Amino acid sequence: MGKTLQYSSITKKIIMSLAGLFLTSFLVVHLIINLLILFDDSRELFNQAAHFMATNPLIQIFQWVLFAGFIIHIIFGVVLQIQNWLARPVRYEKKGSSEQSYFSKFMIHTGAIVLIFLVIHFVNFFVKAKFGHIESISYASGTYEDLGWLIVELFKDGAYVVFYVVAILLLGFHLDHGFQSAFQSLGLQHSRYTPFIKLAGTLFSALITLGFIAIPLVIYFS
Amino acid sequence: MVKLEAKVPKGPLAEKWTNYKAHQNLVNPSNKRKLDIIVVGTGLAGASAAASFGELGFNVKVFCIHDSPRRAHSIAAQGGINAAKNYPNDGDSIYRLFYDTIKGGDYRARESNVYRLAEVSNNIIDQCVAQGVPFAREYGGLLDNRSFGGAQVSRTFYARGQTGQQLLLGAYSALSKEVGKGSVQLYTRRDLMDIVVVDGRARGVIMRDIISGKIEKYAAHAVVLATGGYGNVFFLSTNAMASNGSAIWKAYRKGAFFGNPSFTQIHPTCIPVHGDYQSKLTLMSESLRNDGRIWVPKSLEDAEKIRKGQLKPVQLPEEARDYYLERRYPAFGNLVPRDVASRAAKERCDAGHGVGSTGLAVYLDFADSIKRLGKHVIEARYGNLFQMYEKITDENPYETPMMIYPAVHYTMGGIWVDYELQTTIPGLFAAGEANFSDHGANRLGASALMQGLSDGYFVLPYTMQNYLADQIGVPRFKTDAPEFEQAEKETRERINKLLSINGSSTVDTYHRKLGFIMWDYVGMARNKEGLQKAIAMIQELRADFWKNVKVTGTSEQVNPELEKALRVADFLELGELMARDALIREESCGGHFREEYQTPEGEALRNDTEFNFVAAWEFTGENKEPALHKEPLVFEFIEVKQRNYK
Amino acid sequence: MDLTLRIWRQASADAKGKFVNYQVKGISEEASFLEMLDVLNESLVMKNEEPVAFDHDCREGICGACSLYINGRPHGPDKGITTCQMHMRNFKNGETIVIEPWRAKPFPVIKDLMVDRSAFDEIIQAGGFISVRTGGIPDANAIPIPKLNADLAMDAAACIGCGACVAACKNASAMLFVAAKVSQFALLPQGRLEASERVRNMVGKMDELGFGNCTNTYACEAECPKEISVTHIARMNREYLVAKVTAPKE
Repeated sequence: MGKTLQYSSITKKIIMSLAGLFLTSFLVVHLIINLLILFDDSRELFNQAAHFMATNPLIQIFQWVLFAGFIIHIIFGVVLQIQNWLARPVRYEKKGSSEQSYFSKFMIHTGAIVLIFLVIHFVNFFVKAKFGHIESISYASGTYEDLGWLIVELFKDGAYVVFYVVAILLLGFHLDHGFQSAFQSLGLQHSRYTPFIKLAGTLFSALITLGFIAIPLVIYFS
Repeated sequence: MVKLEAKVPKGPLAEKWTNYKAHQNLVNPSNKRKLDIIVVGTGLAGASAAASFGELGFNVKVFCIHDSPRRAHSIAAQGGINAAKNYPNDGDSIYRLFYDTIKGGDYRARESNVYRLAEVSNNIIDQCVAQGVPFAREYGGLLDNRSFGGAQVSRTFYARGQTGQQLLLGAYSALSKEVGKGSVQLYTRRDLMDIVVVDGRARGVIMRDIISGKIEKYAAHAVVLATGGYGNVFFLSTNAMASNGSAIWKAYRKGAFFGNPSFTQIHPTCIPVHGDYQSKLTLMSESLRNDGRIWVPKSLEDAEKIRKGQLKPVQLPEEARDYYLERRYPAFGNLVPRDVASRAAKERCDAGHGVGSTGLAVYLDFADSIKRLGKHVIEARYGNLFQMYEKITDENPYETPMMIYPAVHYTMGGIWVDYELQTTIPGLFAAGEANFSDHGANRLGASALMQGLSDGYFVLPYTMQNYLADQIGVPRFKTDAPEFEQAEKETRERINKLLSINGSSTVDTYHRKLGFIMWDYVGMARNKEGLQKAIAMIQELRADFWKNVKVTGTSEQVNPELEKALRVADFLELGELMARDALIREESCGGHFREEYQTPEGEALRNDTEFNFVAAWEFTGENKEPALHKEPLVFEFIEVKQRNYK
Repeated sequence: MDLTLRIWRQASADAKGKFVNYQVKGISEEASFLEMLDVLNESLVMKNEEPVAFDHDCREGICGACSLYINGRPHGPDKGITTCQMHMRNFKNGETIVIEPWRAKPFPVIKDLMVDRSAFDEIIQAGGFISVRTGGIPDANAIPIPKLNADLAMDAAACIGCGACVAACKNASAMLFVAAKVSQFALLPQGRLEASERVRNMVGKMDELGFGNCTNTYACEAECPKEISVTHIARMNREYLVAKVTAPKE
């Protein structure tokens, strides 16, 4: 922590944004794999992909990089937030509302809820897949653990679906600010391209959100 | 008896400054470290002087009344800064800038000083560009110039409508650099209470810390006053609220002569007065006169209808408008000097042609320029000014003509200084608007910034060394000398007196009353009877002030009422001196217009045989008549002529 | 118009402050906000009460001294102006106006609505200048500067150092203020020579003084009386990144 505090405000922001942008790549991969479950009732494609992710040695190494990305993003986010709170010890009576990037106000809140979601998610899937027992299922291509079945079962629970959808929505808000904010923090700003980046950020967040939300909804209602 | 010696170097005009620099005394680097200089004020003159002294190696203490040096009122200058660069190739030269300044000042300034000012004007532009001042540029990347009142060439450099701000931030950055290095110590939120004179030399100052109310003493080998002008004596002016005459007034009371106190500039393009509680007037840059045409309705009936709101200015046909400046001064038109433009506006309004609800306003119309150049060009040139005007008046100047009226803006008068900018108290220097300086009886637009920076960057760093050269043996001062104790005691007594009166009228009430007296009798047009009346009225008001003023709070706290009271007490004395000066000057020149002395066409009538001098006033004691000294103005190098802008 | 003013009163830096309500009557719509406060103060003086202390000076929007947080917005409800330029026509008769001082750790309250903004001076002293001495400078036209850059530099240089950006920012970050100066000099050839040191020193000082971090909320841009763009913050981030990556080891 000591070292983290010593970094300048801009360095911290640069690290935050690099980690954040890196984490979006994980979201993309994760979403693509998840979507497979919708296109194949036998869950073969999905289970095959999950098996690949769980066994490929490169992915195994990359998994730790990903963990590191999360940890850095979280630690820096929390440190920045604490400093920000300390910078205004006496609050205003009449709260301001001058912000232009609305979700920026709630990055710590959306971030925290996403983190809680992540932990539950982690317990539900990752821990079970790694350490628990999951039924195997055989296909022509081979026998895999039927992780897909776990998902389908979970998403039959209405309460869980609601929680999942809300969490993903918040993640979307988090992304909407975070994406364009990362470019600003990295100094990648240009009168010609920045509007495009902002639009791309919003579209990207919307696609990720819709993609993830679609899965539980389709499963629950079918 | 102090002798008034201007110490102008010998030799031809163009070589005086070079000769001075070649022969002046200098202080070697190791000795500079042993010498302390106090600079009061951080406007263009003060900040640039303090920074330059610091760079030279002197120990500098700089004081400002604000929370930051960057807030000094130089920041509000809009239009630009003159220099004789001749970049536009339109025939400018150092001589022409010098000549225009002398002529614009109606031949009431010292030739040698003005020539030096013109000479160093070019260095100022170089200096500021090197500091990163973002002057306006042309597409080729070179500096742009615009024209300004009183000149036939384009020699004004500008940074949008914020030239003063940018130049001050340049000087402030230079000052900050020295503060960061430790060569300059910065004291903010300090109000000057007195100047300490030891054995006939200025050796220190008494300050009041505005936050704690503590009275502090500071000693040095020399003191520079760069505390600006005293236009706030009029209550309503374009000056900032904290702009005051107290520092120079203290200097005057300690023996520095006051030069030409009555020379006040009334700026022609201000937003007219609107209500009783108005606290200040807002200037619209003179540069607007480049593209705006000034007019009033020709007929009194139309003027009446407009005042009542029955007629809109845009409805008035061309032939019913009187473009009185273009009519009276075809050669310069709307670009006549400020004093001429102001008086012409007053003349029209007094004759009943004024517009606005009060009848004290004239139109400044951009319709023709918008038609000729397009709205976007006007917007690029004056966008921020138009926006400012609209915020204040709720009228859109792109659609309806602006209303303007003259307002007090600048004081050419100030502490009398010699060629070295030294006052009649050895070791006390005055720079910028605080000195009586280079503008004679009227200052041309874009020349105040030039003078402030010239004094601070390029004059004082030389002349200060000439003074300090024989001070190297004088050890660093302590502030326990009896003169310091005495000055501190007097300051405390004065403050306690103000707080103990506990009368029935607020400080602002007195200030407002003084303002009315000054504006009515010592304003744009003056006469003997009015001035005598003003003197009596001010004396009466002053006596009443010391009996009936109400100042709340204590001295050991932030107390804006006390600060104001201290200033208004000084204004109540300074106002009288201004009236006295205006009374003895039985001629009209520049901003000083005596109704008894005018040509049949109503132009200022100078009297060069009797009044070709600088009036330098000496304080002789409390409630005693001051003594007048005259510094004759000798024009060796130019021919003195009646000003003619036709 | 008649108004209720809810004003933060605090006797000194160490004293505990509180809100006090005042009634003002018969205020003209033509009056400026500060003139309205003048009216209040004059009435307080007549009642032997202490007038409300607030910073102000030029009253034409350029000195940067005035600094009131009015109804949740620095410099009040209008865009692109300072408090002193705001006129009472922006308010409704009978309205309650909440007036607070700037709130930020590096801007401690001195009295009532006055705050100490010398932190800004310290940041400038850390590097907000070009290190040239007086005199010995080449001709001003010796270095042509593209008009585009000169104009952009001017946009940034328009900063009046009022601190509205800090006051508006939910994190009390001074990034817009610092970026305006860094960006102005970074855009000019004269300023490039020290660009790397400047940005590191100024950002270092800003952090040291306890300003918050920028979270790209852009409230600063929305409330800046000179409408300085957050693109200057991006430029500073870029300058900083390059400076950090390329600076020699200390």
